[in-house]
Amino acid sequence: MRFLRREYLPHIWCVGCGHGIVLGAVTRAMERAGVDQDRTVVVSGIGCSSRAVGYMNMDALHTTHGRALAFATGVKLARPDLRVVVLAGDGDLAAIGGNHLIHAARRNIGITTVCFNNGIYGMTSGQYSPLTPAGYRTTTSPFGHLERDFDLCRLVQAAGATYVARSTAYHVHQTITYVTRALSHDGFSFVEVFSPCPTYFGRNNRMGEPVKMMQWLHDGTVQAGQAARMTPEELRGRVVIGEFHRTQEVPEYARSYRDMIARLAEGGDQRAQ
Amino acid sequence: MSQPRLMQGNEACVEGALEAGLQFFAGYPITPSTEIAEMLADRLPRSGGFFIQMEDEIASMAAVIGASLAGMRAMTATSGPGFSLKQENLGYAAITETPCVVVNVQRVGPSTGMPTSPAQGDVMQSRWGTHGDHPVVVLSPSSVLETYMLTVKAFAIADELRVPVILLTDEITGHMRERVVLPDPGTLPRAQRPRAGQAPPDIPPMEHFGEGRRVMVTGLYRDSTGFWTESPEEADRLVRRLAGKVESRAEQLTMVERWHLDDAQVVVVAYGCVARSAQRAVHLARERGRRVGMLRLSCLWPFPGHEIEAVAKRADCILVPEMNLGQIVGEVERAACGRCRVIGYHRVDSELIRPEELLPVLEGV
Ligand SMILES: Cc1ncc(C[n+]2csc(CCOP(=O)(O)OP(=O)(O)O)c2C)c(N)n1
Ligand code: SF4
Repeated sequence: MRFLRREYLPHIWCVGCGHGIVLGAVTRAMERAGVDQDRTVVVSGIGCSSRAVGYMNMDALHTTHGRALAFATGVKLARPDLRVVVLAGDGDLAAIGGNHLIHAARRNIGITTVCFNNGIYGMTSGQYSPLTPAGYRTTTSPFGHLERDFDLCRLVQAAGATYVARSTAYHVHQTITYVTRALSHDGFSFVEVFSPCPTYFGRNNRMGEPVKMMQWLHDGTVQAGQAARMTPEELRGRVVIGEFHRTQEVPEYARSYRDMIARLAEGGDQRAQ
Repeated sequence: MSQPRLMQGNEACVEGALEAGLQFFAGYPITPSTEIAEMLADRLPRSGGFFIQMEDEIASMAAVIGASLAGMRAMTATSGPGFSLKQENLGYAAITETPCVVVNVQRVGPSTGMPTSPAQGDVMQSRWGTHGDHPVVVLSPSSVLETYMLTVKAFAIADELRVPVILLTDEITGHMRERVVLPDPGTLPRAQRPRAGQAPPDIPPMEHFGEGRRVMVTGLYRDSTGFWTESPEEADRLVRRLAGKVESRAEQLTMVERWHLDDAQVVVVAYGCVARSAQRAVHLARERGRRVGMLRLSCLWPFPGHEIEAVAKRADCILVPEMNLGQIVGEVERAACGRCRVIGYHRVDSELIRPEELLPVLEGV
C-alpha cells in the first residue's frame, strides 16, 4: 500500500482492535478518491486512533489531545490547495475537542474528519467517553454508565457539516464508500466509524472475543433506509448507519476567504466607512 | 525617513508584525490585547493574509502552529487568562520547533482579577507555563517604538531558531500612545527559516507541508527520522538540544539598555512599563547628585545573567521594581550570587509604579 509507511510497522494497536480496519478503509478510500499523497496532510489528536497518522506516508501532524481540528484549520487556511484529513478518536473529537468539532462544522471548512468511535478512551485504558452508551461499564462507570451518549452525526449536521455519514469496522465496504465521498466533498465532511476496542470496551462489558464484537456491530446496527420503516420500539438499542446528509450549497470557508482577498485586491471593499 | 506618527503600543505591534511578513493571525478577543486582532482583521486580508477569530485561545494557538507548519509567518495575541489557555500548545510549538509569535499583553491576575489593569505577573508563566523542559524566548518592550522593534525581532528569532517567541507587553505599554518615527520599511533585519543545506548543526532544517517531503510532526519525543520513539537516549538528546539551542545563544539574544553604570552604587534593573518610571526616578536621583544607574532588560528569557553579574561586581545594591510579588528579582539574586545586595520593590494593586515613589526607595538603600 503506497499510503502506508511500512518501515514503521508493526503498529501499536492491540490484537482485535478495529482501528487498523478503519485505517485500511481510509487508505483504500484515498486510493479510490485519487488522493495525491504529496498534497495531503493527515492530522490527529492524541489517542490510540490518533496514532493512525504516523503510519501514513504523507505529511502528518500528530497534535495535542482534542485539538486536531484547530490545527487542521490553520493548515487548511494557509494551504487551501492541500487536502486536509483529520483522523481521531471519539473522546478526542467529542469530549475535549467537542467545541472545535462544532465550530469546524459551522465554518464548513474543507476538512474531512473520520471519527474512530470505540465508545471508550482506549489509550488511557478504558474510561467512559461522551460516546459510551448508557448502561455500559467502563473503568470510570463501574456500575453502568448513567450519562447518555451523543449522536455525533446529528450533532455535526446541526452544527453545519455538509457531508455526514456513519458506518462500522464491520461494514468495511460501506466505510470505504463514505470516506471516498467525504474525501471528494468540498466542505466539512464527517464520517463516524464504529471501531471495536476488545481490550477495554469488550472486556469491561464481557463481550467476548474480538469476533463476537464484530458480530455485535452487525447485529446492533440498521441501515438508514431500513430504519426509516421501523418503529421507535424496533429501533431501540440499535444504531442507525448510513449517509445522513450531503449538500454542496454552502460555500467552503477557505475558498470564501480567498474570494474576499481577491475582492479586496480589486478594491472592492464594501465596508461602510 | 518615515513620518512621525502618534501610535498605540498594540498598533505598533500590528505594524511590526506586518513589517516582519505576518501572513496568518488566529486569536480570541481579550482586553487589553483586542486592538491587535481588530486591526489585523482589517489589514491582513488586504495584504493577502489570513485572520481568523477562533472559538478560544487553545484553538488559536493550534491554528497558528498549523499555519506555520504549512509555511506561513503566524502569530496570536492574548492577555492573562488566554495566555494560560495557550500553554499546552505552546509546549507543542517548542518540541516541534515551529516558529510562531505569541503576544501577551499582561493584565492583573490570577484569574480575572481586576479587568483589565496592568501587571507584570506573567514573567514566570512565560518561562515555565507549559509542562516539561523546553526552550523559550521572551521579549519585553517598554515603549511604543520598542514594541514595533521587538515584534519584528520576535519573528526573526522565531524563524532563525525555530522557536515560539513570546512578546510580553503589558496593559500600559499596549494602550499608551506615543509619537514614533518607525524605521523605513525593509531596513530591520529579518531571518529565514533554516532550510536543507543551510541549517546550523543544532537546528534541523524546516520542511513545510505540501512540499512533497512527507514530514511527520509529533509532540512525542522523536528520533532523527522524525518518527516517535521511546528510546531514553533519543529523548535525552532531543530535550537537551531544544533547551541548548536557545541557551547557547543567550548572549546573542541579550538586549539591554545601560545608563550611568560606570559609577553607579545603586543600579535599578527594570523591564516593561515599570522601566519608564524607573528611568525617570534615576534621572531625578542623578540630578540630586546620587550615583545611581539603570539596566533595562528587553529580553527576559533567556535571562541575561552575565549582564547582572557585571553590574553586581561594581555596584553596592541592585533594586528591582516590578508589578508583581517578585518574579525577576529572584533571577537577579541568582545572577548576582551574593556579590551585592538585591532588593525588590513590588506593587500588585493594579497601579503603575510611579517615579516619585521609587525616588525615595532609590535614595534610601
Ligand atoms: C490534555 C490531555 N488530557 C488528557 C490526556 C490523556 N489522554 C490521552 S488519549 C485520551 C483519550 C483517548 O480516547 P479516544 O480519543 O476515544 O481515542 P482511543 O484511544 O479510544 O482511540 C486521553 C484522555 C491527554 N493526553 N491530554
Ligand atoms: S486499547 Fe482499545 S482502542 Fe486502543 S489499541 Fe487496544 S483495542 Fe484498540
